[in-house]
Amino acid sequence: MGFDLRQALLEAFEETALMSGASLLSAVVIGGVLGLLLYATSSRLFVRNRIINQTAGVIINVVRSIPFLILLVLLIPLSKAVVNTTIGPAAVVIPLSIAAIAFFARLADASFSDVNQGVIEAYISTGASKWSVIARILLPEALPSLVRNVTVTAVSLVGFSAMAGTVGGGGIGDLAIRYGYQRYQPEVMLICVAILILFVQGIQLTGDLIAKSLDKKQ
Amino acid sequence: MIEFQNVSVDFKQKTGKLTAVREVSFKIEKGEIFGIAGSSGAGKSTLMRTINLLQSPTSGHLLVGGKNITKYRGKPLRDHRRSVGMIFQHFNLADNLTVYQNIAFVLRTAGKTPAETEKAVCEYLSLVGLSEKAGAYPSKLSGGQKQRVAIARALAGGANILLCDEPTSALDAETTISILNLIKSLSKQLGITVVIITHELEVIKSICSRCAVMDGGNLIELGDVYDLFTKPQHDYTRQLIGHVHKHELPLKALRSMDGLLVRLTFRGWQANTPVISDATVRFGVNFNILAGRVEYIGGKPLGILYVNPLGNPESVRHALDYLKEVVREVEVIDNGV
Repeated sequence: MGFDLRQALLEAFEETALMSGASLLSAVVIGGVLGLLLYATSSRLFVRNRIINQTAGVIINVVRSIPFLILLVLLIPLSKAVVNTTIGPAAVVIPLSIAAIAFFARLADASFSDVNQGVIEAYISTGASKWSVIARILLPEALPSLVRNVTVTAVSLVGFSAMAGTVGGGGIGDLAIRYGYQRYQPEVMLICVAILILFVQGIQLTGDLIAKSLDKKQ
Repeated sequence: MIEFQNVSVDFKQKTGKLTAVREVSFKIEKGEIFGIAGSSGAGKSTLMRTINLLQSPTSGHLLVGGKNITKYRGKPLRDHRRSVGMIFQHFNLADNLTVYQNIAFVLRTAGKTPAETEKAVCEYLSLVGLSEKAGAYPSKLSGGQKQRVAIARALAGGANILLCDEPTSALDAETTISILNLIKSLSKQLGITVVIITHELEVIKSICSRCAVMDGGNLIELGDVYDLFTKPQHDYTRQLIGHVHKHELPLKALRSMDGLLVRLTFRGWQANTPVISDATVRFGVNFNILAGRVEYIGGKPLGILYVNPLGNPESVRHALDYLKEVVREVEVIDNGV
């Protein structure tokens, strides 16, 4: 047989962590900047600009309205161009990142919009530059909510990365389908599901703890 | 210090434009505490926000310290805003920053060194009486303490104008008094000009020297607070003040009353003579006192007395004529039943 379950699980977990981690990173950085752009171009206090705001909004909505499975297939040529392969975790990171960027951009926009406008205005009225207000007031005020939304994105990414198995992405989900379903090994399926549950619980718990420690509102 | 010249502010709306402030012109002098009264939607908040250009006037000019600031943008605007502090009804402190960080932000972004910042933050915190709260987060403070931090934040950058947007409307009566006293003493101590907008006339009565009344975007009355409260010229002002001056006489007192109900209004220090007993002695008319109070507006007394004169009609008429001579305002409210 030559199938070492432990070894396979370890590899699969590594792949899942890599896929979700890499796309989460791009989601937070690029999606975060996009979210800030959405917020800043919609706010009277910053640089309200309907054209930029609506253009960015439409692009994000288009990405978000494509089901992930279809996006995965749609973006195969792009993956090929960027990482020069269409299979494996590296190829899947591209569509995962794009879906996650659009997802997180919306959530980040909501986090920024939830910051009390009166507080922002109070600091604009002190004569500080808009950049200072964004960096030193808006970000700390939005941070607990941003962390919660990073957590939501991370959990969704673990789920999305499982789907990525269908284009040869690898990972826990892929393992579960190939061995648990296609080769009739229900115990593999159960172990995979258990690992995913623990992984997601761990992400959620960590995220909640960090968000709570950052939130000084209560 | 602050001069409005034909300032108007329009807001675009789906149905056309809404004029929030219409052709307002007046001056606020250096060092005075100036009130703007009016009900909500009167345009007072919009008018005040033109002073630091949180709201740009649609037309007209604004002179602050002799400079026309109306078209300021970029660096001149930021420099202007540094000279104008502002406090708000809901304090608007950043919740995730400590008291110290909330105030320090203003100084750091104004280019002060960390050492200068620390010195100024400590100085202003002690000025508002909160030195021991530097490390606390706003959620741990009471409403009054939050407003004190907001005042320190508004002034720490060296502002010489303080704008107060409903500064005490979220505070209880006792805290209101302590915040108003603080504003008053800081204004004197630091020589800053204060503009307060409020719908609470008590606030204007207790600390403002002059006051403007706004209604529907128009400035309808402006003057010395005492004159405004004791001799309102405009119907709307009278109505606004009516809420404060209203004396509700219990129905029972009115029913059991025989004869006239007369209101005497004493202004300032004019009434040093014991007019009521004088009238009794001279005309043989007894006065039944139904209600009365003395209130102080900007430190000057205003007395209001409701009396029911008892005696034969002829003597009562003479007594009232006498009172009209001595007391400036005598009003027969009810001719009796």
